[in-house]
Amino acid sequence: MSKELEPLADPGLPEHVHRKADIDPIAAKRAERQVAVLFSLSAVGTLLFIYSFFFIKDDLFIFLPIMGNTNAHQLGIGMGMALSLLFIGFGAVHWAKTLMPDQEVIAYRHELKSEPEDRSEFVKTAKEGAEQAGLGRRPLIKRSLAAAVGLAGLPAVILLRDLGPLPGNSLNETNWKTGTKLVTDPGDRPIKASDLEVGGVAQVMPALLAGQKRTLEDIAKDAVLLIRLRPSEFQLDAERLSWTHEGIIAFSKICSHMGCAVALYEQTTKHLLCPCHQSTFDVTRAAKVIFGPSARPLPQLAITVDADGYLIAKQPFTEAVGPSFWERKS
Amino acid sequence: MTARERVAGTVANYVDERTGAAAWMKKNLQKVFPDHWSFMLGEVALYSFIILLLSGTFLTFWFDPSMRHVVYEGSYQPLKDVEMSASYASTLHISFDVRGGLLMRQIHHWAALIFMAAIVVHLLRVFFTGAFRKPREFNWILGIALLTLGIVEGFLGYSLPDDLLSGTGIRIAHAIIQSIPVVGTYLSFFAFGGAFPGEIFIPRIYIVHVLLLPGIFLALITVHLMLVWYQKHTQYPGPGRTEKNVVGYPLMPVYMAKAGGFFFIVFGVTAFLGAVASINPIWLYGPYTPGQISAGSQPDWYMGWLDGLVRMAPPIETHAFGHTISWNILLPGLIIPGIIFTGMALYPFIESWISGDKREHHLLDRPRNVPNRTALGVMSLTFMVIAMINGGNDIIATHFDLTINQIMWFSRIGIIVLPPLAFVITKRICLSLQRADRELVLHGKETGRLVMLPHGEFIEVHEELSAEKKFTLTQHEQVKAISLVKEDTGGVLNPKGIRAKLQARFSAANAENIAKPTATEVKELEGGHH
Amino acid sequence: MKFISKYRRRKGALPILIMLALTGLGLTFSAATAAPAKNTMTASAKSTIIEEGKEIFLKGCSSCHGLNLEGGAVAPSLIGVGAASVDFQVGTGRMPMQDMSQQATRKTPVYNEEQVAALAAYVASLAPGPRTYTNEEITWERDGNTAEGGELFRNNCAMCHNFAGQGGALTQGKYAPSVMGVEAKHIYEVMITGPQSMPVFSDTIITPEEKLSVIKWIKAAESEPNLGGAALGRVGPVTEGLLVWTLGLGILIGIAVWLTAKAR
Repeated sequence: MSKELEPLADPGLPEHVHRKADIDPIAAKRAERQVAVLFSLSAVGTLLFIYSFFFIKDDLFIFLPIMGNTNAHQLGIGMGMALSLLFIGFGAVHWAKTLMPDQEVIAYRHELKSEPEDRSEFVKTAKEGAEQAGLGRRPLIKRSLAAAVGLAGLPAVILLRDLGPLPGNSLNETNWKTGTKLVTDPGDRPIKASDLEVGGVAQVMPALLAGQKRTLEDIAKDAVLLIRLRPSEFQLDAERLSWTHEGIIAFSKICSHMGCAVALYEQTTKHLLCPCHQSTFDVTRAAKVIFGPSARPLPQLAITVDADGYLIAKQPFTEAVGPSFWERKS
Repeated sequence: MTARERVAGTVANYVDERTGAAAWMKKNLQKVFPDHWSFMLGEVALYSFIILLLSGTFLTFWFDPSMRHVVYEGSYQPLKDVEMSASYASTLHISFDVRGGLLMRQIHHWAALIFMAAIVVHLLRVFFTGAFRKPREFNWILGIALLTLGIVEGFLGYSLPDDLLSGTGIRIAHAIIQSIPVVGTYLSFFAFGGAFPGEIFIPRIYIVHVLLLPGIFLALITVHLMLVWYQKHTQYPGPGRTEKNVVGYPLMPVYMAKAGGFFFIVFGVTAFLGAVASINPIWLYGPYTPGQISAGSQPDWYMGWLDGLVRMAPPIETHAFGHTISWNILLPGLIIPGIIFTGMALYPFIESWISGDKREHHLLDRPRNVPNRTALGVMSLTFMVIAMINGGNDIIATHFDLTINQIMWFSRIGIIVLPPLAFVITKRICLSLQRADRELVLHGKETGRLVMLPHGEFIEVHEELSAEKKFTLTQHEQVKAISLVKEDTGGVLNPKGIRAKLQARFSAANAENIAKPTATEVKELEGGHH
Repeated sequence: MKFISKYRRRKGALPILIMLALTGLGLTFSAATAAPAKNTMTASAKSTIIEEGKEIFLKGCSSCHGLNLEGGAVAPSLIGVGAASVDFQVGTGRMPMQDMSQQATRKTPVYNEEQVAALAAYVASLAPGPRTYTNEEITWERDGNTAEGGELFRNNCAMCHNFAGQGGALTQGKYAPSVMGVEAKHIYEVMITGPQSMPVFSDTIITPEEKLSVIKWIKAAESEPNLGGAALGRVGPVTEGLLVWTLGLGILIGIAVWLTAKAR
């Protein structure tokens, strides 16, 4: 082992090795021809693009290995464009590699730091300028300037106020009210208990009032999943059990985690899976979370039947649906 | 003088009289660029950006960024008379009824994916070779900013068509905004103009995507390139290369031809992908409605790690004084990414604090010679890869006969256990490689030829390395640990206290290296056997 | 066998012996697990179709589903599942199940159409349940609406089977299979019967006309060629990202290496 670290000496740039095209004019001519061929292939590509664009019908499909049934028009214009671009590049690079000088050149790095005279000049100029502005000697100017500039930024922020309404209580409300009929989505057909078989699910929405149109904002809050089990399969307390009807249970379809639609119902395990982040909910236990990142069960909608036997909501949701937010109490 | 020379002379004179261009043109046409394939990764990103600008502008000639409801009347039959937003309908129009429309959509989207991949690979190259050290720290920060903005720009871009898959992504972004304590609900109502999904989000992100962010990109990329130009590109160590020179080829004509040609090649490869590989077939996804979802919903690859982190997060929410904080969203969605990107941006300063090295560096490091940094990089990559795997856990489960539950648990535990393991393994591998280099320099390359010595012993003939190779393997500096001065001579404790102790500890670990062979050691062996 | 042992030291003897052994083993295995011969029907007594179904059932299904269809530890009861369930499960080859794994996979049917019909009749005779359908009566081409079917599919099916019907993951290793390449009657029956993890979509929730539309959309998606090029599985961004990192960057880096390499 040695004590000082004296590095090995730098042997300098290795000797330059000439390319064939540098020494042999025939090789140079060949390289030139190769470059020309490459550029010409680009032109062929362009022609392929033009021909395909105008003359190949866009509903013509041809069978190709690996790719299967391929649209000839798309392939023609795509490959035409690709080839026309690629071969310009290949030609230019081949030209540089074989014919342009490939002798390595050395340039020297300049010191990035400025000359000491420049630096002291700069400091002097900056200092003089600051003194001439006189902020240091005139605190009143400094303070009032700060106040003015600080305040002047406020209109920019205040102008953003009308980007949207204040949330108010809207996050806690949906269109489900006491007595609202459950209707199929799509179709808007009211549902009788007997319509849903054990093991069945239905995507439902609140029935629309006369003349009302359903908006996406409505769907984002009102979407409900109806599931039918055998009543004996529930593991609910008395209150939650009273929110079901003959084995039919209703949950908000909007995931309590981040708002995706939760509707993967596994009939055998009675689990609901959200495909976004794999939160898993146990339907028999009021959509309790048994796996995944959701921290809350899905809100359950209390349902019953009306005089004609159609399923209706017994009461609105008792908590906000969808993802959590600061003002949410639980 | 030929006619062509006369014309060129007139033009040059005209321009120079008005701009004084000749002086800086002369200097810059001769500028030297070192040549290595790993220096072209940043170029791939740059050219992809230009391709995005060109293809994107094309698309804006037909795209309608409005969420007003329309009934589809175009040529794609499976969506006939379906209600959808104008942005979705106009994207269908571009795909089916504009010749070259689908091709340009695909080129645009493939270019975006390549853009982000190139940025990441370029970042890895810069990181592992230490190109971010002084004087290039600012450029590194610019690069991290470009990476972050690129992720946002891509997300906004693929959300513009308002299809079921990207709409789901917007829903999740909305949930992240809404979960922010105190101001979350206000921010989300302001961003969406009311309740989700609203009618104004797509027009707003459209302007961010086609005007604001591209403008910022242009500015940042220009400064990024100007810095490279002015500070000159770094170079790999080797014979004839020093901290004070740049060895390579001049801009004109070699670099213009090679770099210019490479632009056409990148464009051509992107067009090739656009021609043969389907991407984002929004007509199969259907228009966005909050009541629908597809199995296997993922964001684009560069956000896959975010998705994976959100999936593996423990289900923790706190409720106190009538308020809810969703740690299961905030931690993986905002806090951890914030820490990661801030840490990345500050890394050059962190490393210079640990190593105590405040000098300029223009020669790159061979990763094995900086085992701590290399191990740190591999550790971070391991973290990202595990997060990404979890982001695709449902697709992986169905294709490889696993369960999503298994993959989730693997990710939850693996993301804590595997990165430190990767660190240790990588550091050891680097040290082994250093040992191997030392052996090579001292004893030469194994040739596989056996020779029997007169007294019967078999030895393998070793071939001595060339002087160039020996130099390349030993030119690097081996940083020394910062020694901790606990007390000065007067018995006064070091005022920096814990910070100094930490620094000493880290720098000692950082300085762990296999001593490289010196000139005397090599000379000692040169006279000897083999 | 003296004349064979003469060749035992030849170079090819061992490989040939191994091949013979493997082939023999394979044939024995396939013979042992072979389906009940398709011609057992002629051997059995000429009874009604229900009797035939009962015989097939006792031979091939009762070991798991019980002698009286009551089910058991490994298989559910078949009381009330109806002919439709049998037609779907046995007709798509899911039953008899190959191994006791998480779920029955689609495979080549073991029984032919007649046997399936016999089994279905037998099971239906024990307790009422949904009836079978024929492909001819599922008039999806005439009476279905593709666009409406797409809306229904995305609302009710895509969350498990993915937007293009390619299938998706459920919990604990279960999965929703691809819906491509399935006979129209089987699609109809599967919605009515809700096999294994799949819920039941009765005719009152998704009407028969709506079911025809769903089938028409599935058939349209199946036959729809990929307009933009290779489909990469129709599973979304995961395979697209994979392509960029393998083919995309691979080609570009390869070209960069060529570009910076010294010419000869």
